[in-house]
Amino acid sequence: MSTDDEKRDGPVPEDGEATTGSREHDAPATQGERERGAEIADETDATTPSGIAATAVQERSEREAEWEELAKRYRADEATIDFSSQLGAVATQDETELLTINMGPHHPATHGVLRLLTTLEGEVIRDVKPIIGYLHTGIEKTAEDKAYWKVIPVVERMDYLAYYFNAMAYCGAVEELLGVEVPKRAQYLRVIHLELNRIMSHLVWLGTTMLDLGAISILWYAFRERETVLDLFEYSSGQRMHTRYFQIGGVVEDIPAGWDKKLQRFLDEMPTRLDQYEAMLSKNEIILQRLKNVGVLDAQRLQEWGVTGPLLRAAGVPWDLRKATPYSSYEDFDFKVPVGTIGDNYDRYAVRIAEMRESVKIIQQALNGLPEGPTITEDRKVALPPRHELATSMEALIHHFKLVTEGMRVPEGESYFPIEGPRGELGCFVRSDGSSKPARVHMRDPSFVNLQAFGDMARGEYIADMIATLACLDPLLGGIDR
Amino acid sequence: MPDLAALERLADIVGAGDDSVVVAQVHTDRRSEIQVRPDAVVESLERLRSQGYQHLMSLHGVDYYPEEPRFGVIYELLSFELQDRVTVKVRVPLSDPHVASVTGKWPTASFQEREVFDMFGVVFVGHPDMRRILLPDDYIGHPQRRDFPVGGEPVLFTGNEQRNPGWWK
Repeated sequence: MSTDDEKRDGPVPEDGEATTGSREHDAPATQGERERGAEIADETDATTPSGIAATAVQERSEREAEWEELAKRYRADEATIDFSSQLGAVATQDETELLTINMGPHHPATHGVLRLLTTLEGEVIRDVKPIIGYLHTGIEKTAEDKAYWKVIPVVERMDYLAYYFNAMAYCGAVEELLGVEVPKRAQYLRVIHLELNRIMSHLVWLGTTMLDLGAISILWYAFRERETVLDLFEYSSGQRMHTRYFQIGGVVEDIPAGWDKKLQRFLDEMPTRLDQYEAMLSKNEIILQRLKNVGVLDAQRLQEWGVTGPLLRAAGVPWDLRKATPYSSYEDFDFKVPVGTIGDNYDRYAVRIAEMRESVKIIQQALNGLPEGPTITEDRKVALPPRHELATSMEALIHHFKLVTEGMRVPEGESYFPIEGPRGELGCFVRSDGSSKPARVHMRDPSFVNLQAFGDMARGEYIADMIATLACLDPLLGGIDR
Repeated sequence: MPDLAALERLADIVGAGDDSVVVAQVHTDRRSEIQVRPDAVVESLERLRSQGYQHLMSLHGVDYYPEEPRFGVIYELLSFELQDRVTVKVRVPLSDPHVASVTGKWPTASFQEREVFDMFGVVFVGHPDMRRILLPDDYIGHPQRRDFPVGGEPVLFTGNEQRNPGWWK
């Protein structure tokens, strides 16, 4: 912000006339426009980071060149427009006039109850401050008052699009404290559900982001596939959302008969659906113009802000906890970590689309290699005994009674269990004081941390591009406020 | 996670010849933790950064009530190169809940330090904007403290609760 101000402050006092002064006032925006027009031209002339330019045919590039010529002329025309007569004294009086407007908390484009305090210069964002807390429900405090296994449903409601991830992070942290080994079949079932959840979360992101950019039809297609995933969740656990499928020590029950066939149908269908989405979006000039070179933030700055997940990968850092520190048998699966190049909104879009393809691959491998065996640990101090044992075994009855009334006792200690959520590193910190209730549950939610980088991404952009950048940041207010 | 020998080496580097910097070391199966003095946290994190633990992934508070010193602030550090994590912890008493802010070197700590202040009342000295973040600015009390009761929250907008419960007094 300060550098722009300095640049602008320089030439203005030298101009005596009011009209030229006003044009100087318009200059930063129009200059930015011109630069951007040139950048876009450079981008498409050279080899673009995406696969689009690589596959483009000769005819297409000619058409693009023609279009760019038109765009350049349009930009040049636009730069000569003088608004001083229309805007009158307001625009000409003070060259550093800034307008602070409030956006939200109830704004459809803020993806929840997020409030943005934006400082505008004309249509250009000079500063933006996110104000959060409107959805704070005190889940971390509630969790301290519940037995360990009763905490799972409340933490699932933090990031309400990534409920399997919340449950996984929490269960992983408690399993670490307990030293419980999760059976292989349970680990694979967890991976299948986690990756389905990742696809589902990215589909919601895709639909709502494109809706913000004006592409309305994609929402219905994305939500159609999301419904298929939710049906699978309902089939395996009885609930579409907040399924409580993951338990401490495994998963609550085995997948029902026929579920694998339904899943296979989805896996066969999903890549073609992704092709359809890409056919709608990746070659859409309006979408590309809105996404490319918008909201750019380099990897170093992102890392300073603690940003992880698709946002960091879009800037070219191949950091994925599933690869780096595998948990829940992720080391068994062969998948790639998609990365972008410059970290603009287009890269964020492309990385998420590619991630969905990789998730399909992971699910396919997990389904093919699904081992036989128990789906929850045999440790009777942690997991409920099977129903049939209750009729014959006194011990089973006692364990059942103890677990249901008091819950498990977890040895004293602290653990932090990070996993790769759809939005970045989702870590759960659990402290146990030896009782049957956790003494502290904290969720390091990626949305909460990533939101801090939003100011840097949006500064200097147009207000319409700020909406696109916010959408591509993919904040989940349930996770931010907890 | 560094093994026991590596943790001791790291603790030596963090201490840098001053015995009072490192208060304790904890090494368990899945976790390595160095507890440092509250005013030396920035230097400690700097020294760990020079060892590759560049990224502050999480900063959160813990209330160890009724133990003393009561509050804990935990820094989860990550090294992308080593693919390794180490934890730094500081403990501060209720009478003097002040910890040096690390926002200057790790901007990511900004929101998280505000959250710890909001929930526990630990003040981060040097933070540019030390306000509540999740709760309203006029809220009284720090709800994540262990002696803060669940319930008893005055209900807004109902008109039924005229009287201030006063449980925080």
